[in-house]
Amino acid sequence: MAITDYKMPQSLDEAVQILASSGKNIKVLAGGTDLIIQSKSQSSDPLQVLDIKSLKDMTSATIDGSGMSLGPAMSCAEFTARKDIKAVFPGLVEAAYLIGSTQVQGRASVGGNLCNASPAADTIPALIVSNAQCIIHGPDGERTIAVEDFVTGVGTNCMGRGELLAQIKIALPAPGTSDAYLRFIPRSEMDIAVAGAGVRITLDSAGCCTDARVAIGAVATTALLVPEAAKALIGTMLDDVALDAAANAASAASKPISDRRGTAEYRRHVVGVLVKRAAKIAAERVKGE
Amino acid sequence: MPKIHVNTIVNGDAVEFLCEPNETVLDVLRNELQLTGTKEGCSSGDCGACSITVDDRLVCSCLVLAAEAEGKVIGTIEGVADKDQLHIIQQKFLEHAALQCGICTPGLVVSVQALLKESPNPTEDEARLYLAGNLCRCTGYDKIIRAVMDAAETMRGAA
Amino acid sequence: MSDTNDFKYIGTRSIRPDGFDKVTGKANYGADLTLPGMLWGKMLRSPHAHAKIKRIDTSKAEALPGVMAITTYADFPSVSVEAIAAGEGSVDSLDLARNIMADGKVLYDGHAILGIAATTEAIAEKAVSLVEIEYELLPPVMDIRDAIADGATLLHDDLFTEGLDEKPANASNIAVRSAFQKGDIDAGFSAADVVVEREFYTPTVHQGYIEPHACVASFDQDGQSMIWCCTQGHFDVRASVAKLLSMSLSQLKVTASEIGGGFGGKTTVYLEPVALILSRKSGGRPVKMVMNREEVFKASGPGSATRCKVKVGAKNDGTITAMQGQLYYEAGAFKGSPAMLGGMCIFAPYDVENMDVECFDVVVNKPKVAAYRAPGAPQAAFAGEMVVSEIAAKLNMDPIDIRLQNATTEGTRAIYGPKYKSVGLVECLTAAKNSPHYQEALKNNQGRGIASGFWFNIGGQSSVTLNMNPDGTGTIVEGSPDIGGSRASMQLMAAEEMGMPPENFKPIVADTENVAYNQSTGGSRTTFATGMAIIKAAQDVKEQVKQRAAAVWNIDAELVEWVDGVVVNTSGDERLTVAQICAGADRTGGQISGRGNINARGAGPSFAVHVCDVEVDTDTGKVDVIRYTAVQDAGKAIHPSYVEGQYQGGAAQGIGWALNEEYIYNDDGLLQNAGFLDYRIPLASDLPMIDAIIVEVPNKLHPYGVRGVGESGIIPPLAATAYAVSDAIKAPIVDLPCSPVNVLKVIQNNV
Repeated sequence: MAITDYKMPQSLDEAVQILASSGKNIKVLAGGTDLIIQSKSQSSDPLQVLDIKSLKDMTSATIDGSGMSLGPAMSCAEFTARKDIKAVFPGLVEAAYLIGSTQVQGRASVGGNLCNASPAADTIPALIVSNAQCIIHGPDGERTIAVEDFVTGVGTNCMGRGELLAQIKIALPAPGTSDAYLRFIPRSEMDIAVAGAGVRITLDSAGCCTDARVAIGAVATTALLVPEAAKALIGTMLDDVALDAAANAASAASKPISDRRGTAEYRRHVVGVLVKRAAKIAAERVKGE
Repeated sequence: MPKIHVNTIVNGDAVEFLCEPNETVLDVLRNELQLTGTKEGCSSGDCGACSITVDDRLVCSCLVLAAEAEGKVIGTIEGVADKDQLHIIQQKFLEHAALQCGICTPGLVVSVQALLKESPNPTEDEARLYLAGNLCRCTGYDKIIRAVMDAAETMRGAA
Repeated sequence: MSDTNDFKYIGTRSIRPDGFDKVTGKANYGADLTLPGMLWGKMLRSPHAHAKIKRIDTSKAEALPGVMAITTYADFPSVSVEAIAAGEGSVDSLDLARNIMADGKVLYDGHAILGIAATTEAIAEKAVSLVEIEYELLPPVMDIRDAIADGATLLHDDLFTEGLDEKPANASNIAVRSAFQKGDIDAGFSAADVVVEREFYTPTVHQGYIEPHACVASFDQDGQSMIWCCTQGHFDVRASVAKLLSMSLSQLKVTASEIGGGFGGKTTVYLEPVALILSRKSGGRPVKMVMNREEVFKASGPGSATRCKVKVGAKNDGTITAMQGQLYYEAGAFKGSPAMLGGMCIFAPYDVENMDVECFDVVVNKPKVAAYRAPGAPQAAFAGEMVVSEIAAKLNMDPIDIRLQNATTEGTRAIYGPKYKSVGLVECLTAAKNSPHYQEALKNNQGRGIASGFWFNIGGQSSVTLNMNPDGTGTIVEGSPDIGGSRASMQLMAAEEMGMPPENFKPIVADTENVAYNQSTGGSRTTFATGMAIIKAAQDVKEQVKQRAAAVWNIDAELVEWVDGVVVNTSGDERLTVAQICAGADRTGGQISGRGNINARGAGPSFAVHVCDVEVDTDTGKVDVIRYTAVQDAGKAIHPSYVEGQYQGGAAQGIGWALNEEYIYNDDGLLQNAGFLDYRIPLASDLPMIDAIIVEVPNKLHPYGVRGVGESGIIPPLAATAYAVSDAIKAPIVDLPCSPVNVLKVIQNNV
């Protein structure tokens, strides 16, 4: 698809209206770090792009007593510099920080990463364990979808014609909660995740895990919420037995493929390793507070 | 769609150009504006040879549409030196022999300038991670990092 | 390093003379030229690994407004099977032509078929997409074992193995066999107490230069045709293109732009002949052609994948009694891998009586390989050094000690015949053993690897003119494309010879019309051979200066002496500076110009020894290089910073080769990772500082003792790194790369 048209809407309503009336070859442009590369592919189908960075709400974030509200097109560079957000959602921020190089960080966005829906997207497992909610605007108004239901397949999401991701909202976590995201890549940066794991842990004052959420990425067509892995942690002191059980549950839930970045058996094994390590980090963060 | 008319600022100069919707800032810099200091290594954001700043943010110019440059402030390698006075970073690159073929150097210089603006006292590991998106095939990065640490120290001293 | 007091300028760390332009973006590389009336050219490339071309229909492309010309293999005047000089060897011109544009058969994913020139880049790309081609698919041959198996699909019906006692009756995929022997290999193994035999695999890799191939070509009926391109050898470009287009050498000028990396991959031609033909067919308009990154990976010249079997025998006291190798190298679609060079280098660091090496050049449906930094040696040394280190471990010997005990020294006979003259292997091993790195203890999950490497280095033809200006400054007109900062060394050598400061001399890399023939930049020859030519040209200038002074003073020339840039009348007390002589040159016979056109002999080989420490995450197989030392003999380091840079750069490429770099193909023979995202070269955050230790055992056959250094540094890191991994996980490694997937598999198989 070669980009043949470029527009900048002046309002969210105008954006929705353009998307609804432009046929199927229109995509929203946030940072462009996926879209621009994809547009250079061999197919010469025409593509219109709608640059929503003109809308301030799309590129800013707030966090207060009611939770965090994130503009989907805010650059990762800006997002990850937000110490107030990092203090509450360290795992989500570190996931966003892992997307690509410094240069890519200057453009890529959490919302773009989510909507692009790569099976290996770094932010999605972290968004899932944070219980993120996706606020979608469309011709029929506004609707809210849990992030674990937002992505529907490889490169596809639940939005229909005319719909646009307008906000990502995350409620403040309960006290004693923290999260972590780890991914495995062969080098130290730049690579697409071979496997990824997001873990959120809530500990009581005795250090017992009272709540957990575990999500894995790059090991199925979409990121997966793994309730069995969470169950293995809840009610435990996060000892090795519990952590191994969570790791095994994550490996069992994974449905990885073999490709140029890793074999299925490798991914299955490593995602378990990452769940275990991420759980430990999340727990340390809780205790460190 | 007819060509898009863009007004932007490049290295402090007001610039205007016409571009196709699918052209990137890299395309326009090199072809329209004849600023060939910014290099094309991969066109997919993987090598950093095309690094520029847009509104002071370090980005790959191959991943910014030319149309997006409207109203923005762009900084390229050509704007780093102060006329005939090399920037300390450029001077240190030469002193430390931090370049061999030199193709990655423009992107690196722009990136190092961005690094030291954000982080005037980086550790070696921080510098290496910040510059992970700038590939060099000639030097093995050793002398580049030494130049960066030396430039950082000199710039802190001069500040 | 030797005392810089021996020399005044050599050995100093001057600022390179092309530095300002490089750090400001002003320097012009291959894609940086635009000419009036310029057209853009694009190639159409095969989407199949192996196929016959049944039909090509370019009518829709021709009809597209803005399309100016189309070219195919049919536009090459008949080429014959003849060698053209290219890089460190020569290339068959028929194969070269068929690689540049396919002749009826495509032999790899990305193989060029035709070129189109149009008024804009977008139109050229659109035109390419409008060409219709019908293919008859053939089974792809993607691995050495498949290529040499009985009943294998053949790439060429007319390829009969050379190097056998008799020409074989049947064609095959084995292009060449070569073999070397020394002593009695069977007796050698009989005398051994310990024997280790392993079979190793290394994948197809790419030189990974950041600048894609690029050129602008302009055909001219007056004989003023020109090509601007990034190349390591513009004279070789001229020779190849002239040969392919049936032009005389004088009709074509080639200008070497600044070059963004080559490492051997830019010693041949891909786009240049196509661009020139398109220019001719467009009525002489310049045509610009630039490869994109995908094309670079798919259709330039990677480094050979190999399967090498190595067997080494040693006595319990560490004396190696026998070394044997059977080396198979992939040539890609056409013959010409550096298998033989690998065979010559593999056991070069060892003074062992009994050696036997057999090398095979095998064609497969991958791009035709090009030289890659010490071509052939890294793969072979990987195999040889891993086995030697394993023998050392079995004998409970320090891996440096076993190498010292059996080290090649002056007088050791190479497996390919001659005796080595002075070499610095022992000095390098000793320096490695004494290095701070080697004294460091290892921790849990860490391992260490040692390896040595050898490269011959070449001399060859360089031509230099030193033109003195009336103000006493001089222009060094040389013709060695500068791939790593060599102009700085040229300046230092001219300064040393003339006794004048380096800033007095400006080195330029002239085009093929403005300097006499220069062999390409490769083979680690530039500082050595072009340096020698500069020295000769400077000596010529000095002689002329003395003659002019004698004329001014009206004395015999023998009474004039040269003292540090000043000529002195030894029979009186007058002195004249070079500047003064040059200022008055018109009155003493005209401008002073020195010439040094040589075929440099006496290149000294360079040995390298590397030490690598790694830490392995045994849960994931991930390898981190935590410490690295590169020791190498430079003979005499003209500019120490750039010598160190060669060691460090070679180490980084070798580490990448050892850890993560590989071409990944699917079952249809299509390349899956033709980009820097999934062809994973080392990043700044992947490597530690690389300690570069310069050893100097002077090459007595060079006026300053210079040995080439560019290549040897890539040879040890494959085994140094892989053995370190093996040491860390306590299991043998035989396959590269040591990617996390591969390492974890070895860990799990060895539990």
